[in-house]
Amino acid sequence: MTPVPPLLEVQDLQTTFTLGRNVKIKAVDGVSFSIQPGETLAIVGESGSGKSVTSLSIMRLLPKGIGEVTRGTIKLRGRDLTSLSEREMRAVRGKDMGMIFQEPMTSLNPVHTLGRQIAEVMIQHEGLSAAKAHERAIDMLALVGIPEARKRADTYPHEMSGGMRQRAMIAMALSCKPSLLIADEPTTALDVTIQAQILELMKDLQAQLGMAIIFITHDLGVVAEMADRVVVMYASQVVETGSVQDIFYRPRMPYTAGLLNSIPRLGSNAARKRLETIPGQVPMLSRLPAGCRFRTRCTHAIPACATTEPALDLAPDGGEVRCIRWKELSLAEGLPA
Amino acid sequence: MTALLQVDDLTKYFPIRGGILNRVVNNVKAVNGVSFEVRRGEVVGLVGESGSGKTTVGRTLLRLEEATSGRVRFDGTDILSLPKQDMRRYRKRMQIIFQDPYASLNPREKVRTLIGHALSLHGVGTASDREDRIVKLLEQVGLSADYLDRFPHEFSGGQRQRIGIARALAVDPEFVVADEPVSALDVSIQAQVINLLDDLKDSFNLTMLFIAHDLAVVEHICDRVIVMYLGRIMEIAPAATLYANPNHPYTQALLSAVPIPQPGRRRQRIVLTGDIPSPINPPSGCVFRTRCPRAIPDCATVVPALKSVGADHVSACILTT
Repeated sequence: MTPVPPLLEVQDLQTTFTLGRNVKIKAVDGVSFSIQPGETLAIVGESGSGKSVTSLSIMRLLPKGIGEVTRGTIKLRGRDLTSLSEREMRAVRGKDMGMIFQEPMTSLNPVHTLGRQIAEVMIQHEGLSAAKAHERAIDMLALVGIPEARKRADTYPHEMSGGMRQRAMIAMALSCKPSLLIADEPTTALDVTIQAQILELMKDLQAQLGMAIIFITHDLGVVAEMADRVVVMYASQVVETGSVQDIFYRPRMPYTAGLLNSIPRLGSNAARKRLETIPGQVPMLSRLPAGCRFRTRCTHAIPACATTEPALDLAPDGGEVRCIRWKELSLAEGLPA
Repeated sequence: MTALLQVDDLTKYFPIRGGILNRVVNNVKAVNGVSFEVRRGEVVGLVGESGSGKTTVGRTLLRLEEATSGRVRFDGTDILSLPKQDMRRYRKRMQIIFQDPYASLNPREKVRTLIGHALSLHGVGTASDREDRIVKLLEQVGLSADYLDRFPHEFSGGQRQRIGIARALAVDPEFVVADEPVSALDVSIQAQVINLLDDLKDSFNLTMLFIAHDLAVVEHICDRVIVMYLGRIMEIAPAATLYANPNHPYTQALLSAVPIPQPGRRRQRIVLTGDIPSPINPPSGCVFRTRCPRAIPDCATVVPALKSVGADHVSACILTT
């Protein structure tokens, strides 16, 4: 690790959802991680793992009156975002941190042209004149590879394909050159050839603009291609962190190894072997097992797993793992080298 | 292996109406002259991106959509020309598993009714036979008989998909269209359902058309794979051949676009430019030519036919020799 101070540091984040009278669940439960300037950090997990809620908590876009950050700090360049007023936070969102979502259609305003939506961000945050902002919006659309950007700036979101809308979203998120881009399943709704275009585009833009990216996804192929480091989440907690190489080739947490083993891999048809599975299903947050949250599905569980809440241990190489048995297990077996 | 399903020149256009006379002003050419066969006992994958027509093919085969033209022979009978009442006999033999386990199960019906409907509709067994059969089906798809009186909302996505599978298999079909059966599921649950389908294929002696966009899943479960693009078939090959030795430029690009879960592994990637054209006005000649890195002027004038390029392997590209 470099001695550079982290760009974003999330410490012991807890986000609670109130789902009715006296029904509270911790959608994010004591999550800590940090990201360096220019780095790509992937947060991986299945539905309900808390990965998206983590990103919404950072952006302070939790559904009002339902979800709130109940503990912890989120520091952007040392400044705690949780203590900011709504107004101060508005100045951070869009300017220092941009966000792109899975479905661009729901995040773009259908009644405004693309050019106007992108210009709006720059008028708000950088105080540009309308004319100047419009020119910059056209530059941004060209930057993200939208052909005939000047003409396209006058079109509405519904007139574009899914891939083009996602490009427009990226243009909007990057229009103020944020130092952090949070991308929540940005290519999940796209076809694979379009996904390839968007992933290439994100890599190019990162090289040009130098922003850090938090990439939230369930797709391990995308993680392998994009991430420098990986945070694996399960049932609201971080269960493993590490470099992308360590996570994929030397996983320490049985859940991570289980995920890697359960994905069908292209080009392995000759063997046509059964997929390994993680038995059972993700526990409901209102009915979590005692001890380790993964133990009911874990093939390595021992009685102690039911009685000890495993801590997130720091390994010598800087990775972290939440498993009381991690030192004695070797899980890399069977994974492609 | 003999063909259980023989599809010839299948075409499905969805009319677009407009103007004050509400006349047909254009057509979405969803499926455009598609021919293939599915042999008894085989799992055939149908892959393609959005707008390729793969789902429409599946639905047209079962007459959930009526074809515009073409012929589908099931076990020798042309089922597209059958009167509706005669089709019912074939419906029992041909079933479908849908993608979205949330949308395809009636939320007001208990599991017992959801699965039982198919049985009573097709007059399978007596009431008590049916109950036994439902319990057995639930066990076969890995659910407990305790779930008989539960409603769909009480289940997770993976469990719902299991119920959908049990319902499709209730009438003991020979042929099943599985339309993206695992794409709505989480990774760890997806593997469970893939293994389940693999097992059921053997225990029910199924022939299957497996529609999906996830190439790794298709490779894992299928014997042969059909690659579609914009309403037409680009390539058909045994799964192992297709992945090891793709012939069509589209198949090559599609395979190279799949992110591989092995960091640091460098691959030659063919990044296609542009978007999939509209199926309302597909390009002339080869429909893939507008994005094809190898297109030549002739590609705009000739609609390439499927040509043999190897054992059980055909490809539709004029550059193929």
